[in-house]
Amino acid sequence: MMGRFLLAPPFLLLATPAAAATGEPVNPWVALAYLVSGVFFILALRGLSSPASSRTGNRFGMVGMLIAVVTTLVTHDVANIVEILVAITIGALIGVTIARRIAMTAMPELVAAFHSLVGLAAVLVGWAAYLNPGAFGLLMPDGGIEAVSKVEMGLGIAIGAITFSGSVIAFLKLSGRMSGSPILLPARHVINLGTLAAIVVLTALFALAAPQATLPLIVGLTVLAFVIGFLLIVPIGGADMPVVVSMLNSYSGWAAAAMGFTLGNTAMIITGALVGSSGAILSYIMCRAMNRSFLSVIAGGFGADANAGGGEAREQRPYKQGSAADAAFMLEQAEKVIIIPGYGMAVAQAQHALREMADILEAKGVEVKYAIHPVAGRMPGHMNVLLAEAQVPYENVFELEDINSEFAQADVAFIIGANDVVNPAAKTDKSSPIYGMPVFDVDKAKQVFFIKRSMGGVGYAGVDNDVFYMDQTMMLLADAKKMVEEIVKAMD
Amino acid sequence: MDFISILSIFVLACFVGYYVVWSVTPALHTPLMAVTNAISSVIIVGALIAAAAANVPGAKWLGLLGIVLASVNIFGGFAVTARMLAMYKKKERK
Repeated sequence: MMGRFLLAPPFLLLATPAAAATGEPVNPWVALAYLVSGVFFILALRGLSSPASSRTGNRFGMVGMLIAVVTTLVTHDVANIVEILVAITIGALIGVTIARRIAMTAMPELVAAFHSLVGLAAVLVGWAAYLNPGAFGLLMPDGGIEAVSKVEMGLGIAIGAITFSGSVIAFLKLSGRMSGSPILLPARHVINLGTLAAIVVLTALFALAAPQATLPLIVGLTVLAFVIGFLLIVPIGGADMPVVVSMLNSYSGWAAAAMGFTLGNTAMIITGALVGSSGAILSYIMCRAMNRSFLSVIAGGFGADANAGGGEAREQRPYKQGSAADAAFMLEQAEKVIIIPGYGMAVAQAQHALREMADILEAKGVEVKYAIHPVAGRMPGHMNVLLAEAQVPYENVFELEDINSEFAQADVAFIIGANDVVNPAAKTDKSSPIYGMPVFDVDKAKQVFFIKRSMGGVGYAGVDNDVFYMDQTMMLLADAKKMVEEIVKAMD
Repeated sequence: MDFISILSIFVLACFVGYYVVWSVTPALHTPLMAVTNAISSVIIVGALIAAAAANVPGAKWLGLLGIVLASVNIFGGFAVTARMLAMYKKKERK
């Protein structure tokens, strides 16, 4: 029996019509193909453990997707292959065009936009399964759908809808089309919890309802889920966006997993679990790096009360301002320079100029290293991508805990577009909103250069920074890119 | 497949995900998000099933729209990941 299976070409076996009529995958090869696809997705993530293996990993991911799509098409009676291919082509053209054109600095909003698409696709699939349960093998003899499948379907639609509307808000905030500051509704916690409870109740009613009574329930469930996604993200401020993007990443995974349960599809379940855990772990890493609890991020409102702590010292304190020529001179004299990039570097697109500056310094025998805080930028790993884009070799880029002890030996700490991640108040001032967050010990460096647009603005946490006023600090007040370019010019 | 076997796969996959993701280097967290985005669009399988069946037009059109959205994500996600990963270079450049 097994021998016959192995000898025959796999796709002929896949094409046995048994599966097509009922939607029930009778053929063991089908389940196996989806499993293989899931394994390829695991390998895709495994590849990311180092830049060297990552490119192969990405290819594994593509192979996994190809297997899943081909298996589905081969094992179902496809009535509209032309329309399906047209749909795939349209999507592919849009996707590839966006992927080619997008600036690396815009990656956070791109990822948010992509999350919203996964969410919406999950909603559509859930609804399609509701409207045509026969095609998905969910139809029961009485014309209804089994209660368990309806719960899974409702969950998939709800999580998908939350992912969609939440990601749209995150996208609008990240791309600056909507103010990054938190928008706080009165009694929002009550409204949110009430809406969530209503979604749970509607899902239960939907699962138990007779077939002809389900329509208003699933409509209500979908609408409320769209609303709650919107309500959940609107009160969350710009600085917490790394957590939000990771969290929505996680949701898009759980939505896929829920649909996988409905369809009994291994590839979807494995992928959903992978993506769900991935997003959850990234959220955890981000929260830990800000010393905030996940709940306090979700509750929102951070960054709204700018004078909560440390704000009382807002009177003019003396600081030293320097010029590009001063900075260039001192950088050339240094033996070791540590560069700390932040979101300001991304906004100013200063990464290329920065690399040019580092090249000149290295040619003069100065040791240059880059220090990246986990929450620098607007999404996990944002700074690393920008530095990679500027062709900074990744061996020179270090994580917080790997480099923090080196500031004591550094001649210059060069802060460009970062602020909260170097604020010593996180170590000393218990009343500060960022107290307890791990920060770079820049005060141990002999010299600190702080590139900042003006003295007026404070970091996203809205707190003053003692580093500005230290004896060894020189403020370089200008646009980050312009300032670095001037330093480069002054070094020639 | 019965619910318990599906649940077993799900729970085990969560553990696999947990260990695999912790081994991802922080420098590659942005590509990680882009690629997870691409692979979670495996939801296209559901959209394909809906679009393939001709008997319910409403479900078919929802399916086709789902295919477009998921394809944007699949092609865009893998392409942008590949573009990012190509930039991570070792020292000996030029």
